[in-house]
Amino acid sequence: MKTELFKKLQQITEQNLIDIETHKQNGNHAIGFYCLYAPTEMAIAADAIPLPLCGTRNDPIEAAEEVLPRNLCALIKSSYGFAASDTCPFFRFSDMIVADTTCDGKKKMFELMSEIKPVHVLQLPQQQNMNLFLDPWKNEIIQLKKEVESLTGKEITEEKINQAIQLLNRERRALKRLMDVTKAKPSPLTGMELIEILFKIGFFADKEKGIDLINEIADACESLVTKGETPYTVKTPRILMTGVPVGLGSDKVIKIIEESGANVVAFENCSGYKKAFQVDESKDPFTALAEQYLSIPCSVMSPNQGRIELLEEMITEFSVDGVVDLTWQACHTYNIEAHQIRQFVTDRFNLPYLHIETDYSESDTEQLRVRIEAFLEMI
Amino acid sequence: MISAGIDIGSRSIECAIIENGIITETRKTDTGFDPVSQARKLIENLSFDSILATGYGRNLFEIEHDAATVTEIKAHAKGAVHFFPEASTVLDIGGQDSKVIRFDNTGRVTRFEMNDRCAAGTGKFLEIMARALGFTTQTFGYAAESAKKELNISSMCTVFAESEVTSLVARGERPEEIAKGLHKAVINRAVSMLKRVSPDGPVVFSGGVANNAFIVKLLEQATQRPVLVPDVPEMNGAIGAALLACEK
Repeated sequence: MKTELFKKLQQITEQNLIDIETHKQNGNHAIGFYCLYAPTEMAIAADAIPLPLCGTRNDPIEAAEEVLPRNLCALIKSSYGFAASDTCPFFRFSDMIVADTTCDGKKKMFELMSEIKPVHVLQLPQQQNMNLFLDPWKNEIIQLKKEVESLTGKEITEEKINQAIQLLNRERRALKRLMDVTKAKPSPLTGMELIEILFKIGFFADKEKGIDLINEIADACESLVTKGETPYTVKTPRILMTGVPVGLGSDKVIKIIEESGANVVAFENCSGYKKAFQVDESKDPFTALAEQYLSIPCSVMSPNQGRIELLEEMITEFSVDGVVDLTWQACHTYNIEAHQIRQFVTDRFNLPYLHIETDYSESDTEQLRVRIEAFLEMI
Repeated sequence: MISAGIDIGSRSIECAIIENGIITETRKTDTGFDPVSQARKLIENLSFDSILATGYGRNLFEIEHDAATVTEIKAHAKGAVHFFPEASTVLDIGGQDSKVIRFDNTGRVTRFEMNDRCAAGTGKFLEIMARALGFTTQTFGYAAESAKKELNISSMCTVFAESEVTSLVARGERPEEIAKGLHKAVINRAVSMLKRVSPDGPVVFSGGVANNAFIVKLLEQATQRPVLVPDVPEMNGAIGAALLACEK
């Protein structure tokens, strides 16, 4: 049953490129997004396809290093490298790029990227004090609305935004439901399978198709749980991964963990559970969007208490046996925050914790394997 | 019950045999470029009921001999608690990595940290620097101890440190003083790792670098903690593995 669903996922993934092309030929637009902070509702409300562009592959990094410094985080180099070498179809499809001032590396990289394509940069506050920063952030979102309107020539009415919020709330509920199937002990999915689904569905042009497929996979997984069909046993160590985002191509740590006999059951990062929020449908849409998106607990926020709260919830609900905290080399904010996360995980839960600092290349695979195996021996 | 432990490191391979809790034999060889056949030669004519492999080459050994494996982290903790039951920390400086491991009184690992992917601050680093200054690994520590002056070496990268050494030589600094600076650089790095992972209690010092008496002395001075060195410090991982083999 799982094999068939993955085949279907692959078919839609391949069909998706044609869907996007057709959509564009019909006079509609595509908008590229990098971070989770930018509300993709704004694209949906103007009948444009939002495309998640965050780079997760090692291949374009060499091209990026012709311009960018070597000692920069792999995610930034990969993102820029895809753009500069014109090797990402989704970047090519994008008529405009929406970026945000998250970390120093990204915001300076976006200046260079704007020489390749129009980039609209949202000024993201670095603190979640709503009294001080909600209004400026809301203004940024209103400004984004105007930019999208002038790109698409379509008026974004309040009704259109509300519809977009409802649609994406439905998508996020489906995603949460899917990510929650691994709460079952043992889990019916491997971490690699979960990441593959989350990664591929992100690009779907047709949101309804995506939501249907997510729900179909979640249904199937729930019935696997009922039937007791799983690649694992109750003794399989259950790992929560936290820190930087991961995707296909930047998944080596998940692979090594699972090759060493454990199961990554939860992702506390923006490829995973950080996506699973709900925008308040009862409020003025701009206020609701501003509040919800500003609350995303990324390490660029100072302080970043939300990450601790999310970890607390997830470690308990997913019955986690150990926490792996991943930092891409040169990502200072996650690297520094690792100290607080270690303290929290060991003091509050007395669980084994492993901090890994690496990049997208395979050169340290064996060194990582020693650390990961030794970490699993601690469980 | 005779159990064996084999530690296949990046620079050397050690093997230990334990019979009824007593170490009856230890053997050592260079890893060379073919660890599998080197390991095979090392265990020739040894008889044992079970064998456990550790070190970077453990998975290669596992495939050839159908043996169980543990990481060197777990093996070093086990070896350390065997020799020094009062300790809860081991610093291991091996051929190409260094690590600090904290463990409980049964040898169960509670926290550990390893150095980065390069050979900074390891045995290989000292070996290359000794050669660059015209010493052998055996005489390097004594030479450093005879230094009259303090020199600060800031580079920990093997490649950068070598060029720093070259420029110090060109400035007319004496090899003994540069040697001392290099020893201190290795210790500074180990001490910061120690402080993060395990800030108190005696430190068991294992790995080939612990044979260098001057390094041991510098570690004692820098940490103000008792430093405990097993008789054959490079054998600690293999002995730990043999002990774990008994338990299985």
